[in-house]
Amino acid sequence: MAARILVAKPGLDGHDRGAKLVAVALRDAGFEVIYTGIRQLPVDIATIAVQENVDMVGLSILSGAHMALVRKTIIALEEAGGGDIPVVVGGTIPSFDVEPLQELGVRATFPTGSSLTDLVAGVHKVLDQHAAETEGTSWTS
Amino acid sequence: MNDVTTDAGLPVRPVYEADAVDASRIGLPGESPFTRGNFKDGYRHKLWTFRQYSGFGTAEESNERYRYLLSQGGTGLSVALDLPSQCGYDSDDSDVEEEVGKVGVAIDTLADAEILFDGIPLDSISTSFTINGTAAIILAMYVAVGEKQGVPREKLRGTIQNDILKEYTSRGTWIWPPVPSLRLIADTIEFCAAEVPRFNAISVAGAHFRDSGANAAQEMALTLQDGITYCDEVVSRGRMTIDQFAPQISFFFYTHGDFFEEIAKYRAGRRRWAEIVTDRFGAKNPKSAMFRFGVVCGGASLYAPQAQNNRVRVAYEAMASVLGGVQSMFTAAWDEPFALPTEESTTFALRTQQILAYETGVARTVDPLGGSYFVESLTDDMEDRVKAIMADLEAQGGMVKAIESGYVQRLIAEEAYRSQLALEAGERLVVGVNKFADGQPPPDAIGYELDAENRKRQMDRLADVKKRRDDGQVSETLNALGRAARGTDNLMSYLINCVNAYCTVAEMVDVLKSEWGEFEQPRVF
Repeated sequence: MAARILVAKPGLDGHDRGAKLVAVALRDAGFEVIYTGIRQLPVDIATIAVQENVDMVGLSILSGAHMALVRKTIIALEEAGGGDIPVVVGGTIPSFDVEPLQELGVRATFPTGSSLTDLVAGVHKVLDQHAAETEGTSWTS
Repeated sequence: MNDVTTDAGLPVRPVYEADAVDASRIGLPGESPFTRGNFKDGYRHKLWTFRQYSGFGTAEESNERYRYLLSQGGTGLSVALDLPSQCGYDSDDSDVEEEVGKVGVAIDTLADAEILFDGIPLDSISTSFTINGTAAIILAMYVAVGEKQGVPREKLRGTIQNDILKEYTSRGTWIWPPVPSLRLIADTIEFCAAEVPRFNAISVAGAHFRDSGANAAQEMALTLQDGITYCDEVVSRGRMTIDQFAPQISFFFYTHGDFFEEIAKYRAGRRRWAEIVTDRFGAKNPKSAMFRFGVVCGGASLYAPQAQNNRVRVAYEAMASVLGGVQSMFTAAWDEPFALPTEESTTFALRTQQILAYETGVARTVDPLGGSYFVESLTDDMEDRVKAIMADLEAQGGMVKAIESGYVQRLIAEEAYRSQLALEAGERLVVGVNKFADGQPPPDAIGYELDAENRKRQMDRLADVKKRRDDGQVSETLNALGRAARGTDNLMSYLINCVNAYCTVAEMVDVLKSEWGEFEQPRVF
């Protein structure tokens, strides 16, 4: 059974070339991918994630507003009962924001320029770690 | 195995000879179908416009940057607006608070626009606005600021991008569904044709198709197909002929790195548009058939690793644009992939095109590549490719249907994916990225942060405007707008009344949302 991944774009930034590249690459790698479309409110992303019972949420943010939007999304996920869903973030993420994002609970960051190969490997790693933590099955996609 | 092609896949021969070219199709500059350029004397008497895109934070900060750019020899302004202003939210909306003033200047009411253009003579400077969803509102504000400066409408020069179709597929600042959005765009086109004759009511933009992944041929085809859709909308109302409004349509593209392909793209685009306007729409005025366009050199063709290399990329792209016959150019700063360009990097980018204009001699003769076996042949091949893509879009039921079904979005996403895989496989080479890479981490992306003081200034101004304005006038003009939206009147005069009553962007947008609803995006990839 393939892991389900929600590729989501919070905020008003409409640049979704990266989000779609990631969606296609994950699909080609065997994952089941749901794409929210652009301009989603964090609370709506959380609702979709819980309703669709996804195994991971990937946020794509290129507006520079990643700190505020990730914080809002993680809080919304907790409130929606999806606090255990691992969150990863891609986009224009400066290196000095990686640690603060991890402190918010982000499992991995994929800054602009990351290769799709590295991204797919990183997603596998996060899912495997999460599965080990929750003593579930290990995803092989 | 040895197929050599351009980025868009057009075949390239090792050498070209006379038999590659149909000499009868080359023509002359200034003569329809304008393959060799719109004007018979090219740049000899008038160079292209040097127009650097800029805007951030509050109106005060952007106004200062504009004055600086003009003092350095810039000849036009290009206004970047923040995402709340582009998507129809006010700065005090808690859903969008983190985006205020971030990627452009925040405009809530006419009060902001008055400060933005303070001390800038709107009768002698032309202004381009990258604005789409709320374009009609921003146009209304520009007209109102002009009136306050004592500049009559007929003297205002500039462009609103006002191209909603590519927002649905690529750039994302849509608000209403396609049908009412096209109506509002047609209203602005009619209004400009009747009252603001030197202002381009629309800049049909391929640039964003390109930056979201389309290749050069797709970029041109999608743009021309959008242009047809807008003309259809205006013509079908029966209130204006093509010749009354087509001279105020302009176009906008990205120039990326494939030098000759870009030149061929612009030459083929001019020829195609002239034929469309003449044959399909029956234009008689040669000005209607002119394909006037602006470009950006930069965008997705720039990279963060070894970022100084971007200076060279931009210079080559600028030269390709000029050899392609551009009317207006923005050369991006080398640090754009990861930072809000500094005054220094912005100035250098402007200098790049000034050197091109004043030192290289490329502007001495018109269309210096005209008659080149290779360039003419590539122009013909590009035109054929563009025609084929346009025929496919027509077969999908036209642009609106192809967007609503997600067909265009998928076309672009597939091309973006193909290009990314080619980069990762080393089939497409980028110096400093997958060739001659040095392993150094690229510079960190640092966005502009509106500081607390400026945020407060923006909020205070909005609160102050709301307190001081005449509430009766606000509700009266908004109600009139809503009523007009239900009918077929041109909405521009209603919007100008709202703007002059200091209604906010979101108030006007929300009235129209309640009449028209919102766009439902296809979630395809």
